[in-house]
Amino acid sequence: MNVVEIIEREQMRGDIPSFTTGDTVRVYAKIREGEKERIQVFQGVVIRKRKGTVGATFTVRKVSYGVGVERIFPLHSPLIDRVEIISRGRVRRSRLYYLRDLRGKAARIKEKR
Amino acid sequence: MVSKLIGKKLGMTRYFLDEGRSFPVSIIKIGPCVVTQRKSVDKDGYSAIQVGFEAKKESRVSKPLKGHFNKSGGACYAVLREIRVDDPNSFELGQELGADVFEIGAKVHVSGLSKGRGFGGVMKRWGFSGGRDGHGSKVHRCSGSIGCNTTPGRVIKGKKMAGQYGNQRATIKNIEVVDVRPEMGVILLKGAVPGGLNNVVEVRMAQ
Repeated sequence: MNVVEIIEREQMRGDIPSFTTGDTVRVYAKIREGEKERIQVFQGVVIRKRKGTVGATFTVRKVSYGVGVERIFPLHSPLIDRVEIISRGRVRRSRLYYLRDLRGKAARIKEKR
Repeated sequence: MVSKLIGKKLGMTRYFLDEGRSFPVSIIKIGPCVVTQRKSVDKDGYSAIQVGFEAKKESRVSKPLKGHFNKSGGACYAVLREIRVDDPNSFELGQELGADVFEIGAKVHVSGLSKGRGFGGVMKRWGFSGGRDGHGSKVHRCSGSIGCNTTPGRVIKGKKMAGQYGNQRATIKNIEVVDVRPEMGVILLKGAVPGGLNNVVEVRMAQ
C-alpha cells in the first residue's frame, strides 16, 4: 500500500454502516454554536453516493414543509456523530435525481424485501 | 539544523481536523537526503553541504560523478542539491536527513518544476479575457493591442504574450506544515505544491 493510501485510510471511519442510494437514513450531525455543541438530526433518502476514499460524500434529500432540502455530507467527516439506516429502498439507478421532479406519493421509494 | 531538504510529491488528499473542518493536503516524501559533500569557506568560499536524494544505479552514473560519490561512501544519487549551513563540520558524510527536520505548524516555501503546458496562449498563460465568441467577433483568444503607435514606437519590455507555459521553476511560499510523519518519511503540506506526481521539490523553511 502506498503512503497516500495509508494516510487516507487513517482518517477513514469504520463505524458508518454501509448503505446505498434509495435507502432512508437518519444522520446525526454535530453542530457547533459558539462554545456549545449539539446534535442535529437530518433524515431523508440517499439520492447520491460519490465514491472515493476520504473524499467520499453522500447526499440526503428530504422534503421539509413542502420544500425540498438536500444536504451533502462527507462520509468520513468527524462532524457526523452516527448514521442510522431507517429502511432499505429498491431503486434501479445509482443517482436518484428524478426524485427532485416528483412530489408526494410519486416520490415514494419501494422498500426492499 | 538545515533550512532546506529535497522531497518528492507523492500525491494529494483531504485532511480532516477534529473540529470537522477539512482542507486539501499535499503529501511530500522528504529525503532521506544523504550528505555527499561539505563545502567550507576556506576551500569553496562559502559554507554549505551537498545532499543526494533518490538512489541511482551505479551503472547509470558517469565516471567523474562516480568518483565524487566514492568520497562519501559510494552510494549514487539521482538528485544533488546544496544547502547553505553555518557549520558544515557538524554534519558527517553519509549522514541521513529526513522529515523530522520539520515541525508541525511551521511555514515552508516549496520550489520545483511546474507542470509543462507547452506553448500557451495569452488566455491560458496570463488569464487574459480574450474576445467574445459570437456576434461576428473575429477576436476569440487574441491578446488585443500590445502597445501604442509612434510613441514609444516599440513594445514595452515584459509585455505579457503567448509562449512556453509551465515546465519552469515555480515557488509557492508560506505553506503550512499540517503533519510530520518521520516513520513514513513524509510531511503533509496544506494546499498544492508545484508539479505533478513524483515531481522533485525543494522544501525550505520560511523566514
